[in-house]
Amino acid sequence: MTERNGGGRGEDRYNATDATERRGDEGTFREEAMAESIGAGSPEDVGQSTYAAGDSVRQTVGIGRSTESGSYTFPAFDDHHPPEKDLIDDCVHCGFCLPTCPTYVLFGEEMDSPRGRIYLMNKGLTEEPMNDQMVRHFDLCLGCMACVTACPSGVQYDKLIEATRGQVERRYERSAEDKAFREMIFQLFPYPNRLRLAAGPMRLYQRLGIRDRLRKSGVMNRIPSRLRAMEALLPDVPKEEKVPEVTPAVGEKRARVGVLLGCVQRVFFSPVNAATVRVLAAEGCEVVAPKQGCCGALSTHAGREEESLNFARKTIDTFENEDLDYFVINAAGCGSTMKEYGYLLRDDPEYAERAKAFSEKVRDVSEFLQQLGPRAERHPLPVTAAYHDACHLAHAQGVRQQPRQTLKQIPGMQVKEIREAEVCCGSAGIYNMVEPEPAEELGERKAKNILATGARMIVTSNPGCMLQIQASLKRMGHDELPMAHPMEVLDASLRGEPVETLLR
Amino acid sequence: MERSRLIQAMEDILGPEGVIHEREQLRTYECDGLMNYRVIPDLVVLPVNAEQVQKIVRLCYDEGIPYVARGSGTGLSGGALPVESGVLIVMSRMKRILEVDLENERVVVEPGVINLWVSQEVADEGYYYAPDPASQLVSSIGGNLAENSGGVHCLKYGFTTNHVTGAEVVLPDGSVAHLGGGKAPDEPGYDLLGAFVGSEGTLGIATSITLRVLRKPEAVRTLLAAFKDTEEAGDAVSGIIGGGIVPAAIEMMDRLCLEAVEVAVSPGFPDAGAVLIVELDGPEAEVENQFERTMKICEDSNASEIRVAEDDAERALFWKGRKAAFAAMGRVSNDYYVQDSVVPRTELGAVLKRISDLGEEYGMRVANVFHAGDGNLHPLVLYDGEVEGEAEKAEKLAGDIVFACLEHGGSLTGEHGIGEDKKKYMPKMFTEEDLDTMQLLRCAFDPHYLCNPGKMFPTPRLCGERPGPFRMHPVQKAGLAELF
Ligand SMILES: Cc1cc2nc3c(=O)[nH]c(=O)nc-3n(C[C@H](O)[C@H](O)[C@H](O)COP(=O)(O)OP(=O)(O)OC[C@H]3O[C@@H](n4cnc5c(N)ncnc54)[C@H](O)[C@@H]3O)c2cc1C
Ligand code: SF4
Ligand code: SF4
Repeated sequence: MTERNGGGRGEDRYNATDATERRGDEGTFREEAMAESIGAGSPEDVGQSTYAAGDSVRQTVGIGRSTESGSYTFPAFDDHHPPEKDLIDDCVHCGFCLPTCPTYVLFGEEMDSPRGRIYLMNKGLTEEPMNDQMVRHFDLCLGCMACVTACPSGVQYDKLIEATRGQVERRYERSAEDKAFREMIFQLFPYPNRLRLAAGPMRLYQRLGIRDRLRKSGVMNRIPSRLRAMEALLPDVPKEEKVPEVTPAVGEKRARVGVLLGCVQRVFFSPVNAATVRVLAAEGCEVVAPKQGCCGALSTHAGREEESLNFARKTIDTFENEDLDYFVINAAGCGSTMKEYGYLLRDDPEYAERAKAFSEKVRDVSEFLQQLGPRAERHPLPVTAAYHDACHLAHAQGVRQQPRQTLKQIPGMQVKEIREAEVCCGSAGIYNMVEPEPAEELGERKAKNILATGARMIVTSNPGCMLQIQASLKRMGHDELPMAHPMEVLDASLRGEPVETLLR
Repeated sequence: MERSRLIQAMEDILGPEGVIHEREQLRTYECDGLMNYRVIPDLVVLPVNAEQVQKIVRLCYDEGIPYVARGSGTGLSGGALPVESGVLIVMSRMKRILEVDLENERVVVEPGVINLWVSQEVADEGYYYAPDPASQLVSSIGGNLAENSGGVHCLKYGFTTNHVTGAEVVLPDGSVAHLGGGKAPDEPGYDLLGAFVGSEGTLGIATSITLRVLRKPEAVRTLLAAFKDTEEAGDAVSGIIGGGIVPAAIEMMDRLCLEAVEVAVSPGFPDAGAVLIVELDGPEAEVENQFERTMKICEDSNASEIRVAEDDAERALFWKGRKAAFAAMGRVSNDYYVQDSVVPRTELGAVLKRISDLGEEYGMRVANVFHAGDGNLHPLVLYDGEVEGEAEKAEKLAGDIVFACLEHGGSLTGEHGIGEDKKKYMPKMFTEEDLDTMQLLRCAFDPHYLCNPGKMFPTPRLCGERPGPFRMHPVQKAGLAELF
């Protein structure tokens, strides 16, 4: 008997209310304490102060006073960037998006499908209130944009969900603990130095074996699920490989490009950044890596409008005057957001034009390299790799062939396709921290499909996916499978390193 | 039964995760693939196995609560439209492939399994499941069964009914029946399975379905031919079929449809008034010979361009363009209303002309994409539901198109079913006696009129009000109907 797409998952399916119920008072206390401890001050970060995102927008718009959780605001959306009616109307209710939507795959419910969510958005414009039910189904959306790829009608779900999330963050009052937890994430992840600090002690106690002892004593199991998920997700912080502010091109210069170092990327995957810069230089690019902050991807995808716009403005300020041909991005989530700056800042008279011009120069690194064409010599790497499509690369940016092409140009490299490639791994920005249960299910599903390819290693272009897949494999007892970014693979090939360096 | 007690009773059967009762959540189930009709169900239930379905149906039967089955909700005739104060039984969690028995060329599935998964499951062994509705990547086998769905390859291979060999069915009184066969091809007795296929969810709920899978053909050749207009393309179709060739598929798309598809999935189709996709399959030698002849016939019908799919990827691209056609209408219009009439192939040209005239009369755009080989039209009336009166106008135009098809000796529906949408046209096609005969069958299965009531037939006649010729019905009087 075979089970497809989750099989009869009904019995053990993740129950929407479970997560909240399971987190008891202890949980609330811990989360608040953690939020406080990390949220205080930001001395070490470059620029970028933080905002109480909801409040400032609420003031500018002057409407949408949110009420206590449990009661509701009617209608669900106000007229500051509601999900646009025109875009909603593009949906002809055909259902073609259902089978690739990870939440539909898991739960088999209409309201947790793209078609259902769009239906809810429509109802929220005039007929239905913003209440717990509605918000729940929007929250459960991973923002993976598989539905955008699947939709023959061209529905721009990306814009719809972003607008919806913005409205939710402004108009819906989350429970105190939910708010605190989210606040903690946003005080932490966009700030590499804080993130490093937060992950640092974890590393220390890992070394001392405290975690194992905690686990054995059973204390770990009582830590609320979200914190547990986060803890399981964050690996050791490797020694940081710094990137110079300017790296000259090798040989004749073909372009001058800026690179974004990313937040999670910089802390947990700094070797990826170093590899990216070396590859770009080897291919004839002068590479500029100015002092920089967060691009705002996480905040954008979570609907924290004001915060995200500020990150976007700062990022434009940072790169704009460097006289760059392209902005090259090696993290899928960041790249997709930066390509959207033009849209995000469309209302800002000072930035609208600049943002548009900026976005037009943004390229994913594989996309850019294929556009440039290979020049440096590739040395053989005899290995079979499974390539995992990051949602924000494949679905949001439509970049599928270029990374595969990049790998296939390396002699000896075999690229394996993963079954259900279009279904999200469950990482999805902050999703695996705020919705750990469905994220875990998706992660394990992805890990199984990866293992089934029989590949010797995994290659993927997004730090979030790497963390998620790593954590899933580990839970399943398969943490031996090595993982790399396409740039690390290409870097190894260009430098003529033995394949073993990738398989360590 | 009070609603809260009903919820409790359903939760006892399904657990809280199997029952949906909040208003906003229910609203997402208020329509299927056809958005013109909307009814908010009282409850939605999501069973995970046949036993649960049986308990749900029995509860409904005992309490006199009407219910409707729903698969993936892609039906285009409102078949899965909920009934007021009724329960919607959604099969989307019953999605296990229960058995693959290739020695007997059969696969047993739960009804929520998606059509395409069946072919994927047996592809490595060289098999496939033939019925291929354009919605095959999302529509469920249960829905396909209930609608007797067909697809582009039905010209040669037949509809769902030709590929279902058995079904386990929960009857409207909550009992379970096994219709059709085991492994042997022919069953004695009434062909109840034949009656059940295409019954649009009015005779009971299928909980497991046995499908016949076929060996993949030795050779497949596909071409795409462009023509000045649908008339010339129609000539080519007549030429091919008249020449004794039975292609696996012949599909036609007109200009408006081509435009939409190009925006949606960029298949790179030629800029033309009409495009035909012709596919031949079978033994190598036969296919080669017929393919040559088909090319010749297209050329003789003034094809401005002929492209032959060089490999599977190119063939897939041709089909991708075709299969995205309905959904792609969202690119050129806010709303569309699709009809599904079948006309004798010889009348194709005349009917297409009439449709285009009607469109002009109404001042509305009508796109055409259809199974040209068997005359199954899909005129898509484009309109904007936000504009006052447009929806009604579109519906009226669609109605006139149906009448035109009937006048030319056609039928109401080829594959999308009657459902809610076309029931009012049934008397145009059938006599009262015909309809009464169908009612009798329905009453035999569903004497209390609880199973998808109000669909398919124009006047919701209760089974108590025996229609004319059958007033004194001994079978039912004797309670024998309960035997089903
Ligand atoms: C873009 C698009 C293209 C389409 N193309 C085609 C096409 O080429 N050919 C074609 O034939 N159709 C086509 N359809 C129509 C539709 O996809 C089919 O009718 C399909 O079979 C419906 O399946 P479903 O799972 O969505 O069923 P639903 O729409 O959920 O239900 C359809 C009917 O089946 C009944 N039903 C569902 N499950 C069961 C069950 N287990 N037991 C008993 N009754 C049940 C319901 O009560 C309802 O009456 C298309 C639809 C769309 C939106
Ligand atoms: S973005 Fe992903 S999770 Fe959200 S509706 Fe689309 S497919 Fe589903
Ligand atoms: S595929 Fe597109 S048009 Fe169809 S239901 Fe999904 S979002 Fe709507």
